[in-house]
Amino acid sequence: MIPMYGHPYIPNSSKKITEMMIQKMNISSIDDLFADIPQECILKRPLNIPHIESEIELIKYFKSVLSSNLCFHDMCIFLGAGCWPHYIPPIVKSIVSRAEFLTAYTPYQPEIAQGILQALFEYQSILCELTGMEVANASMYDWPTALAEAALMSYRVTNKKTFIIPYIIHPDRKSVLKTYTEPHGIRCVEVAYDKERGVLDLDDLKSKLNDDVSAVYVELPSYFGFIDDQVYDVSDMAHSKNALFIVGVDPISLGILKAPGDYGADIVVGEAQPLGNPLNFGGPLIGIFACRDEPKLIRNMPGRLIGITTTKNDSDRGFTLVLQTREQHVRRERATSNICTNEALCAIAAVCYLSVLGGYGLKKLGETILYKTSYAIKKFNSLTNVKAPLFKNTPHFKEFVINVDNTGKSITWVHKQLLRKKVHGGKIITNEYPEFGESAIFCFTELHSNDDIDLLVNLLEEILR
Amino acid sequence: MFKQAKWNEKLIFEYDESNTYKLFFEDLPENERIYIMNSIPGKIRRENPPNIPQLSEIEAVRHFTRLSQMSYGVDLGVYPLGSCTMKYNPKINEEIANNDKILWIHPYQDEETIQGILKILYDLSLWLAEIVGVDKVSLQPAAGAQAEFTGCLIMRAYHKDNNEENRTEILIPDSAHGTNPASAAQAGFKVVTIPSDDDGCIDVEALKSAVSARTAGLMLTNPNTLGIFEKNILEVSKIIHEVGGLLYYDGANLNGILGKVRPGDMGFDIVHINVHKTFSAPHGGGGPGAGPIGVKKPLDEYLPVPTVEYDKHKYYLNYNKPKSIGKVKGFYGNINVLLKAAAYILHMGYEGLKKVSEYSVLNTNYFLKLIKDNSYIRLPFNPSIPRKHECVLSLAPLYDKTKVKALDVAKWLLDRGMHAPTIYFPLIVKEALMIEFTECESKENIEKYARALLEAIELAIKEPNKFSSLPQNTSVKRLDDVKANHPATYALSWKMYKKKILSRTPHLN
Repeated sequence: MIPMYGHPYIPNSSKKITEMMIQKMNISSIDDLFADIPQECILKRPLNIPHIESEIELIKYFKSVLSSNLCFHDMCIFLGAGCWPHYIPPIVKSIVSRAEFLTAYTPYQPEIAQGILQALFEYQSILCELTGMEVANASMYDWPTALAEAALMSYRVTNKKTFIIPYIIHPDRKSVLKTYTEPHGIRCVEVAYDKERGVLDLDDLKSKLNDDVSAVYVELPSYFGFIDDQVYDVSDMAHSKNALFIVGVDPISLGILKAPGDYGADIVVGEAQPLGNPLNFGGPLIGIFACRDEPKLIRNMPGRLIGITTTKNDSDRGFTLVLQTREQHVRRERATSNICTNEALCAIAAVCYLSVLGGYGLKKLGETILYKTSYAIKKFNSLTNVKAPLFKNTPHFKEFVINVDNTGKSITWVHKQLLRKKVHGGKIITNEYPEFGESAIFCFTELHSNDDIDLLVNLLEEILR
Repeated sequence: MFKQAKWNEKLIFEYDESNTYKLFFEDLPENERIYIMNSIPGKIRRENPPNIPQLSEIEAVRHFTRLSQMSYGVDLGVYPLGSCTMKYNPKINEEIANNDKILWIHPYQDEETIQGILKILYDLSLWLAEIVGVDKVSLQPAAGAQAEFTGCLIMRAYHKDNNEENRTEILIPDSAHGTNPASAAQAGFKVVTIPSDDDGCIDVEALKSAVSARTAGLMLTNPNTLGIFEKNILEVSKIIHEVGGLLYYDGANLNGILGKVRPGDMGFDIVHINVHKTFSAPHGGGGPGAGPIGVKKPLDEYLPVPTVEYDKHKYYLNYNKPKSIGKVKGFYGNINVLLKAAAYILHMGYEGLKKVSEYSVLNTNYFLKLIKDNSYIRLPFNPSIPRKHECVLSLAPLYDKTKVKALDVAKWLLDRGMHAPTIYFPLIVKEALMIEFTECESKENIEKYARALLEAIELAIKEPNKFSSLPQNTSVKRLDDVKANHPATYALSWKMYKKKILSRTPHLN
């Protein structure tokens, strides 16, 4: 039975239009069009899924279920570790909500999609300015997958099978890296950290560098927030063995930290979520992937690339997808990567965010975050028995590890006590890194006022008294 | 007449420095700034700010608004890109996902503070499992291609567990999406291509001779990329399972059978779902999407960690899966996108979802009825089989007569303010137009599209030379792909453009 009135998302579903179409097609019902499907496959019962037809009720339902979440605005949250709270100016939401961006597909027909292509070209260009690279792709899924793709690319470029990573690294990055590289027989070798400063142990790196190393990967800032200033040495060491040097970055630090290109990076990966994209419970994120202008590197890059060109009659400048012969829809099993759908809208958010912040604003923001970090360290140091940061004598940006071993309490207990007071502490790392004891990574950005930090430290003092 | 906006909009790098910047955070006194910067060792401190232009807010708003006007989305008009399922993205989904209780939730928050979102994700995983007929769903993969990769890794882990590491081959039909072979290769498999038969379905005899003890599995989309339902699917399933292989379902074409047939009931062991296609989340100009993956038992043990679980008291993230393939991406998936899919499914219900497939199929065949008598268009492979979510036409007869290509016809359609179909895919069809209206296009628009296509053919016969100068009504005319791709002239960033192009041809500046 076809109802008189159709479904609002399905314009032809009213009785009148359906019957007109069916009649024109000389069929007796829509079912005729499914007659070729073997009867044994056909579902003979309704799907067991719920249904809320009314928009009013639907909105109420989601509001009510989500209301039990406590978000950043309900309590002070000091979590980072791969997904960081940063202020998003309202212009970003206003731009990425524009339907011409939001409801478009990958710009396969460039003449009608110049706006998206130009915005993504600008995103690529800005990433190059930040990282000191000459080429950046139009986005990967996130930092972990960007790192994993960088490892695969290093193997393609060098034909060598050892990939060197720091021992101190985000567990998701390590896990995803392992997932992607294992089928190709690539070995991921970890370099120990300097016991005093947390930075790479260069002697250990030296002992692990050999002719089978495809690349050496470091992060700046590290998973624990410290800044390893030995990157020039690491770069030289990697290059002396004809290995690539890969750097992982948080782009929000690149207003105050040198561009990895300046200290020898061949590939830069990272997470662009801090640039205008909300937390969203960890997704969508947006992976950075950039490299030097070298044909062998560019040919082996994963992901979409936008290039600048002209119209055939040379009358206008234009933008289009380029070097698609690297990609899966052309090269199939010989493609550089299987990625198709990426995080384009998040890239537009990032370029919009940076265009109003500017290079100078990014530098100032970096300084403010550095100041917040140092203020928090100073405050933590007023607490007896709390070690913060775990690695002294190394500058930290945005994050650092605190350790409560000397208080006799577990970090989980401390966390639960804070939570009772509506303050959410940092990410507990006791399970991932047992050797660092009762520890957690705390994160401080421009969103945390000095009062927030004071509140945290005062509560800790009370709890640990 | 359609005429797209053309703003001659500068790149942000070409704006005059306005020397404004948005200070949305606490500024520091000068002495504090110098002091704090000195804590960074000189050799890694950035002395000068990066070269990022500073636009005043009004300049930035105009810049991006103008760029948006030089783009085209579903909200503007018909967008029948085959296999991309460009359906309407309901506004209520955006409203629901635009909630601080999701936007400002951190993935590492204590479980007691995130019960709401965990419940939605858990329920969604159950609904998706029911819709595609599997036992367990992981929401982690960021996109369809990543789900395919995940599925291949699950096959690999499963065979390895059964001491069958010699299963190194994945079979893929020649009509498959390019991501299938790319994903299989990325997971370390050798790809064996299976030809299509005269009906456009997988060639069963060829399949029989290709399977062996080396077969890890078959990746298949059903309905296939020609829009044809694989009528021998049960036999195909038997052939694969009898040699100990697994059957993978590429969910890109799920829209044509929603609520009618379930991949699990056809014998598929692993199924992915593109929520940005079938479940109405927007494509965002290329992403983000989300690609949940479902499996039958005992493959659930291999799913990525963590999965979302419920123990009758609380929802939680389960990392305790010793056989898991590990993680394929950071955290738990593209949550904001998944939330829109949850809203859509709940809003549509079973009856609504069934209507989706019925009308997407009705629309395809209605369109075919309107154009099939034209002798310059061919419907390759058995024309008497009804197509499902999409159809693939060949303009080879037109090309043979006029040298007007599918690409040229695509540009003609753009000039009418209609997005072109997917072209030159699948690779087995010459001068292919792959057209998918989805259930969301009105009868009137389908008729308009058919008329435009027929007019293009008429013009091609009369004035074939006209096509090379198309499009005329879009922001720019036909672009120079050779220049864009040639190593001497390609420019992939502003920096490269300045170095390579502007330095040689200063008049462009």
